[in-house]
Amino acid sequence: MSTMEISNLTKEKLKKMFLDGKRFDSRDLLEFRNIKVTYDVSNKAEGSARVKLGKTEVIAGVKMQVGEPYPDSLDKGNLMVSGDLLPLASPRFESGPPGFEAIELPRLIDRAIRAAELIDLKKLVIKEGEKVWTVIIDLYPINDDGNLIDAASIAALAALRKSFLPELDKDGRIDYDKKMTKKLPLEEDTLPLSLSFFKLGDSLILDPTREEEEACDTRITFGISEWKGQHMLNSCQKKGESPLTKEDIGKVMDIIPEKFDELSKKLKNYI
Amino acid sequence: MTTQTKRPDGRKPDELRKIIAKVGVIPNADGSALFAFGKTLAIAAVYGPRQLHPQHMQNPSAGILRCNYDLLSFSVAERKKPGPNRRSSEISKAIQWALEPALYLDSFPNQVVDVQVYILQADAGTRTAAINASSMALAHAGIPMKDLVCSLAVGKIDKTIIADLTKEEEDFKEGEGATDFAMAKLANHNQFTLMQMDGKISPAQVKEALELTEGLTKEIFEAQKKALKDLIEEQGDEK
Amino acid sequence: MNDEITKASEASSDDFSSDAKRKIVVPGEIIISGEDFLPGEGTRREENNIVASKFGLAEEAGRVVKIIPIFGAFVPRRNNVVIGRVTDITHAGWLIDIDSASSGFLPIEESPRFINRNEMDQYLAIGDVISAKIWTVKNKGIDLTIKGKGLGKLDDGFIFRIIPSRVPRVIGREGSMVNLIKERTGCSITVGQNGWIWIRGHSLEAEIKARKAVEIVADKVHVNGLTEKVESWFEENE
Repeated sequence: MSTMEISNLTKEKLKKMFLDGKRFDSRDLLEFRNIKVTYDVSNKAEGSARVKLGKTEVIAGVKMQVGEPYPDSLDKGNLMVSGDLLPLASPRFESGPPGFEAIELPRLIDRAIRAAELIDLKKLVIKEGEKVWTVIIDLYPINDDGNLIDAASIAALAALRKSFLPELDKDGRIDYDKKMTKKLPLEEDTLPLSLSFFKLGDSLILDPTREEEEACDTRITFGISEWKGQHMLNSCQKKGESPLTKEDIGKVMDIIPEKFDELSKKLKNYI
Repeated sequence: MTTQTKRPDGRKPDELRKIIAKVGVIPNADGSALFAFGKTLAIAAVYGPRQLHPQHMQNPSAGILRCNYDLLSFSVAERKKPGPNRRSSEISKAIQWALEPALYLDSFPNQVVDVQVYILQADAGTRTAAINASSMALAHAGIPMKDLVCSLAVGKIDKTIIADLTKEEEDFKEGEGATDFAMAKLANHNQFTLMQMDGKISPAQVKEALELTEGLTKEIFEAQKKALKDLIEEQGDEK
Repeated sequence: MNDEITKASEASSDDFSSDAKRKIVVPGEIIISGEDFLPGEGTRREENNIVASKFGLAEEAGRVVKIIPIFGAFVPRRNNVVIGRVTDITHAGWLIDIDSASSGFLPIEESPRFINRNEMDQYLAIGDVISAKIWTVKNKGIDLTIKGKGLGKLDDGFIFRIIPSRVPRVIGREGSMVNLIKERTGCSITVGQNGWIWIRGHSLEAEIKARKAVEIVADKVHVNGLTEKVESWFEENE
């Protein structure tokens, strides 16, 4: 597999193509690739899912832990989003301590889920002030063909929706052999998704392949969900490199509700 | 648990768990494969031969094989923090030693072949599943090899020699307890490349275990071979 | 294992020799037994048997048994045409990424006209794409040349990658496949042995179509009836 950096030639070609509304795989500029979600990646996880977005593949697993609450939130459980960019997924990723990309991805998903209040952390208390559940989501890209963040957000969501709270034994420790019956309490009405818009020249696209992503000048990722029937933006992060204009953001704001609805509809079959 | 035939999952002493073998699971990788023994599931990717940095590590007469093994955090009941630990470092080395003798290292001097192998679900025998997956991935990547490498764990429950232990069997405490002997050999040659053992086992039983490995290796080889060949069949027919 | 020096064209014609017997083999597998056979590339002799040393298609042509790889890295050979990207400029030449385990180098003397050391980046800048020929394959790197027809900086168009072992079938016997795609789309196409392909056409549609056609050819593992399949694809996608 190639690590050759994208050439000026191909970048210019993509710029022209996008201006003409064209992509190599015949998609529209704002069209998502085929999505496939499957479950039960690991029987040792309290919930797990595998998402394929075109050739991009990400797996997510949920593990539940019992512990003490944080001193400033004695009546709440905890959420942690972690994982790694495995060198498995791309010749670009290296073994060793996580680089920025590896740290950023789980943090973006964390913020989107937390701000959307998908999990009511108050419902994760076992004994107030003493014992709470911590929900840990681990995200692992398996193949990077672009748009890992959006794929990871779908995987996290899917895994959470299938997650259970493990049973505790008489000493209050997790009994992994007992069958799980209690679902992880989630807000059913909301589907916090991540939508990353990429800009190349004057064009905005969604769901780039790796080739397209490398050509793009910058990216802005929004966490979006529904709150009391309304579209709400929960988080936002713009990547470095090229700036965005006010009009760029305006354009994104105009299309994002429709795109969220489209994506939610596609996922309804799976999640 | 008696010295009679049936094991907790109903297998005979010399019976392997159900094997799943599939090649070509990671499009970006030069070679990739999935291998499972029952509930233990390993996924491997091979990148290379590619440039080796830093330069002083380059060997002008032979290439280098680098292996990285780890458990995914949710592959085990008690979550494992992402990132390498001593156990994963030790097993990474063992896997490298198991695979190296099968490769023609002199066919890629100054370069490196990287094997990345991860466990999605762990139920004992993770290093053996990892070796089997890695071996297929190396072949898929077109790396010149003498042979495929087949690995399995042979063990003992009390006095009975058994093949391919589950975690439950590894934890067996009565009598002579459990012995776990991880082995790897070249599929079609009398060359063992990995031998790691823990427990209590007599010299005579070690020889018995080796005999058992011979026969079961063929089964693993057949599964690996089929997975590689199926890749070509399925790609040819569809589209 | 020794590498033989083979010409790129040999590889492509071998894909189509219909009278050769072939089967898919994995490393360690016995391909054929008998004293008469000679071990060719990717195979070795073990006592009475010819054994596979690679995963691929074992082909017996005459008495020589060899393996045609279906997957695997690009093996750079003298006279291979490759497509690469300029990554750096030194006083002696340009460093070229040819997507190979060894890095490529274009010495300043290997350009078709005299280039002054001061104007090197004007001639070829970092990020530019070139088609070049491999001149020598050394232990530590590959020397390239752009002296020759059709070689040099590539302007306009775009480049993309396919698995290197599929290059022979994208070229076709004596260029038949790539020529078919050129004719049907009106595009200029240069196929690098390293798997990188350059396409330039008169319209975006033509260029996109040409790329799709190449990818269809490259993705298929079997070559049977490939020409017909591509021709009918062009019919359907007029």
